[in-house]
Order: sequence, then structure tokens, then C-alpha cells
Amino acid sequence: MAMKTYLQALNDALRQEMERDPDVFILGEDVGQFGGCFGVTQGLFKQFGEARVKDTPITESAIIGAATGAAATGLRPVCEIMFVDFIGVCMDQLFNQAAKMRYMFGGKAKIPMVLRAPQGAGIGAAAQHSQSLEAWFLHMPGVKVAMPSTPEDAKGLLITAIRDDNPVIFLEHKMLYGIEGEVPDEAIAMPFGQAAIRREGRDVTIVATSKMAHTALEAAETLAADGISAEVIDPRTISPLDTQAIVDSVKKTHSLIVAHEAVKTGGVGAEIAAQVAEAAFDYLDAPIIRIGAPFTPVPFSVPLEQAFIPSAADIVKAARRLRG
Amino acid sequence: MSIDKEKMIQMFATMTRIRQFETKLQEFFAAGKIPGFVHLYIGEEAVATGACATLRDQDYITSTHRGHGHLIAKGGDLKRMMAEIFGKRTGYCKGKGGSMHIADVELGILGANGIVGGGGPIANGAALASKYRGNDRVVVCFFGDGASNQGTTQEALNLASAWRLPVVFVNENNGYGISCPTCKSMAVADIADRAAAYDIPGVVVDGNDVTAVYEAVGEAVKRARTGDGPSLIECKTYRWRGHFEGDACVYRDDCELEDWVKKDPIPRFEKKLQAEGILSVEKAEAIRKAIAAELDAAIAFAEQSPLPEASEILEDVYA
Repeated sequence: MAMKTYLQALNDALRQEMERDPDVFILGEDVGQFGGCFGVTQGLFKQFGEARVKDTPITESAIIGAATGAAATGLRPVCEIMFVDFIGVCMDQLFNQAAKMRYMFGGKAKIPMVLRAPQGAGIGAAAQHSQSLEAWFLHMPGVKVAMPSTPEDAKGLLITAIRDDNPVIFLEHKMLYGIEGEVPDEAIAMPFGQAAIRREGRDVTIVATSKMAHTALEAAETLAADGISAEVIDPRTISPLDTQAIVDSVKKTHSLIVAHEAVKTGGVGAEIAAQVAEAAFDYLDAPIIRIGAPFTPVPFSVPLEQAFIPSAADIVKAARRLRG
Repeated sequence: MSIDKEKMIQMFATMTRIRQFETKLQEFFAAGKIPGFVHLYIGEEAVATGACATLRDQDYITSTHRGHGHLIAKGGDLKRMMAEIFGKRTGYCKGKGGSMHIADVELGILGANGIVGGGGPIANGAALASKYRGNDRVVVCFFGDGASNQGTTQEALNLASAWRLPVVFVNENNGYGISCPTCKSMAVADIADRAAAYDIPGVVVDGNDVTAVYEAVGEAVKRARTGDGPSLIECKTYRWRGHFEGDACVYRDDCELEDWVKKDPIPRFEKKLQAEGILSVEKAEAIRKAIAAELDAAIAFAEQSPLPEASEILEDVYA
């Protein structure tokens, strides 16, 4: 174990998997000598060379298609879409091609590819470089979706994503790249579909994804001072989703808050709320509360952007409403 | 490029196999035996046949919504194709894909594709894998005149040329993107001219002349295999049927079709083979009969095969 940033943890995972398996390679915009827009692929070009760390033109459909075709013919590409917001220009290659090939072909193809993309607001990048779009991918049979919130998870989940035989959408929060945490030195795969209980509690369950898991922990601290014991669950992957861990927690706390940075309407929180309502309605003492961004594009100016991102205070307020 | 006699006879048989297969589908669709959409390849047989005849077994193709001809030419099994089109469990995709999604990765067929322009980027990926592994597999990417206008196709051509990928982009210009004639959808007369934008060879061939297709694609395959990068071959042809079965073709004149029927690639090639003493009338007839029997067996297989069980719906989403 060593203290590493989320970004270093991702870089470690890529390096170790590339060292282990010669079929693993990277492609994307500026991933080569430049080291990636946020620096995730730094040093890999130097270590592995141009054949395995490939700069592409700014043509996202060509990137995802190249990854899909290479995966279908036996390689394990890890492609980077520089900002998840750019997925709109290449969605067909992802959801109609990569995601469906196996099913459409009656199980006779496998597409072991990873699509890494940073998402999230907080750097003043405005409406086309700040979104959280995980709900789009959750709605897509055939892909898996990981949303690591800690350096350890970033490494472990990326290793699993690379070794998985399906397309995996790997969503990194750009505000988390600099956070530090203990990360194993070895390449340890972290299983998909297993939520992490970030804090145990009795009174209210808070399910929070990606950076919002940290916000939820901050809220839990404040709530503890009020005498409200919050349990914080980080799903880590939303597809597959560890519904069981959430339901088990709700059976204990009898109340649920779901928090994410994506727009609340039609978000992952709606799906989690619905699943809990289906599985554990009788255990709930109060209506489920969803916390998400307002139904707007991500605004630019600092006060507006901060108003867009759900805060610990929003979660505290909701918990007090439930347990007040 | 000289083509050996055996290859010539094989190409005649392949074109005949495609024609008979598609003609049967036309009948089955009219009789209501086939669910969904069917896009027939009748009239365009020389393109798939000539192009695939230049390939080795381990080479790849990406196909289109009008893909039956490509699959047959790359060695697709008629039984499993027919069963798939009938929606049967014994089909190539266990009834999950249908006409527009037949694939056989082991035969190098990376799938028909329901999205116009969907195949180009994927063809590049297979070519990239070939280059990455240092083997000399080549990819033929079939795409239509409609697909040639899609951004994905242009992105794919650009990446293939920038990375010198072993892809041969075989354009089937059949004159129409659904109902829209090419003169209304593009300003260039020849799609092959677009190759200049990517600094790759662009060649126009008579897509109803199987030997012309074979020679042009063969040259491009050779280039690709030896590391000289991609090419764009435009094959001018015509689809006899509508965009899909059931299309009334209100957008074109009957006389246009009649002109193209006169240029039918199959009798044209058969006459040439006869004139050159390569194929006798009797041998041609024997080939047709053998294919008809093969097709009858495929139809019987498809008809007798079970439909999938509803419970199979959840299988094959994930590996």
C-alpha cells in the first residue's frame, strides 16, 4: 500500500495491465506524449511506445469503432474519450455497435473494451465539458458502468474493467483526480457489482455515486453531531448495481436518500429509488428523497456552477426532513 | 491480373448462389414467411463476389443492411443464414439478429449492420488488430453510396489513411440511398474521387463486371497486405429491387431498371466464360442445379428448425 492520487492509481492500473497483457493498448485524443488531457496516461507512451499508446485524430466515432473492431478480433483496447460530453458525437458506435454486437450475433462475439471518460462539474468548464451522463449508459444493455470515488477503487475497478470481456464505460470524476488515498501496489481486481459501505449508520441510508460519495460523508459527519446516524453506500458500479446492499441497509435504517451530481430528472437515483420501492417498500418509514442537479445545462460562472452541484447541506437538509 | 479458371467458375457459382438465395427470399417475403425488413442484393452480386474472391479465409469483412451477398461470398453457411432470417434458434445469431445482423466472426464476417455507415470505424479496428499483431490480415469494408456521405465513413477513411491500415473500402454505388438518387445527395459524380482527400487510391469500376471488381479489389488487397495502406474502390451497380421488400419504387422509372437488367452481371459473366471455353452450358446448368439443391436443403433446415424459447431472451447480453 502507498498513498497515491486517484490519477496515479488509474495510471498504475493501465501500466500494470499493459505490462501483464500485450493485447492491452490505449487509444484516444492526446493520450500519447501529451499524456492525456488530465494526465492519466502520462509516461505510458514512453514506456510502451506508439504502437500501444495511440494518439487519434479528434474523431470520436473512429476511436470507439477502432476499439470495437479491435476488441471483436481479440485485442483489449482502452479508449479515452476526453470528456464524457463528447459521447454525443459517437454514440452510435457505442450503443448500436459495441454494446449490442454480442447479443445481435447470438453470443458469438465478445467485445473486451474499456471506454474511459472524465465527467463532472467544478472546474468552470461549462455546459459541454462538465456533465455527468451515467444515466445514459445505465439505460444501455450490453455495457457495464463503473464510477470509482476513491484512488483504491479507481485502480481496482479499472483492472477489472480491462479484464472484463464486455464493453465497460469507466467514468472518472475530474474533481477527484487529485485526491489521495491508500492504494495497493499490486494489481488487484476489484469485483463489479459490490457496493462499498463508506460509513455505517442506523437512521438513514445515503446512496451516493462518484464524487457525491465524499459529499455524503461530509453530510454524515454533520448529521452525527445532530444525533442522526447516517449509513453511506457507494455503489462503485451502477451496472451491475448492488441492489442487495442498498436494500439491506434500507431494511435497517428505514429511510433512503439517493444523491448524484447528474441532473435529478431521469437520473440513476430514480432507478435506485424505484428498485428499493419494489424490493423494500414496506420497510420505508418515509418517502425516498432524490438529490441531484437542477434540470439545466451545467452553467459556467462560479456561483451558478456551485448552485448546480448538489451540496452536503442539501443532503443534511434531506436527512433532517426524514429523521427530524 | 490473370484469374485462374477454377476461381472463375467459383465466382460464377457464388453469384448464382446469391441470386438464387435472394430470389427465394423475395418469394418468402411476399408470402409473409419472413418477419421484419429484408434488403435484397439482386443485381449487385458481382461486387461481393469479385471482392471476396480476392480474400483469404482469415481476412475480415464488414457488411451492411444489404448484406446477404457479402456473407455468402465470404463463405457463409446458407442453412444458418436462412434459419436466422426465419428467426430460428439454429440461425447464425440464434434468432436474435435477423437479416440485418448476421455475423460469423470465425469466418471473418464482423457483421451485417443496420446502421448506414456503421461498419467503417469497426473495419479499422479489425485492421488495427492485424497491424498490431503483425499478421497480414486484410479487411474489406463494404458500404453503400448512402453510407459514403456519413461522417463515420469519412472518419474511418481518414483514420485508415493516417494509420495506413490494411482496409479496402469497397463502395457499392447502386444509385440510391433508399429513395434519394445520388445526384441529389452528393455533388461529386464519382465517390472514388473522395479518396484524393485522404491521399489514397480511388478507383471506379463497373460493378456489374465481376472480373473488373476482382482485379481492382485484388490490387487494393495486395497493397493493404504489403503495408501500403487503404484504398477506395467504387463499384457502380444497381439494385433491382426496392430499398426493402415492399418498396413500391415510386422514385424511379421502370425503363431505368430495364436498362440495368440488360447489364445483369451473371449471364454476362457466363457468356464470357463460355466464349473462353471455361464453362460449358452443361456445367453451368449443373452448377445452378447443385445450388438449387443446396438452397432447398437450407430452406428445409430453416423451416424445420425450432423457434427460440422466450426464456432465451436474457442470454448473450453479456459475456
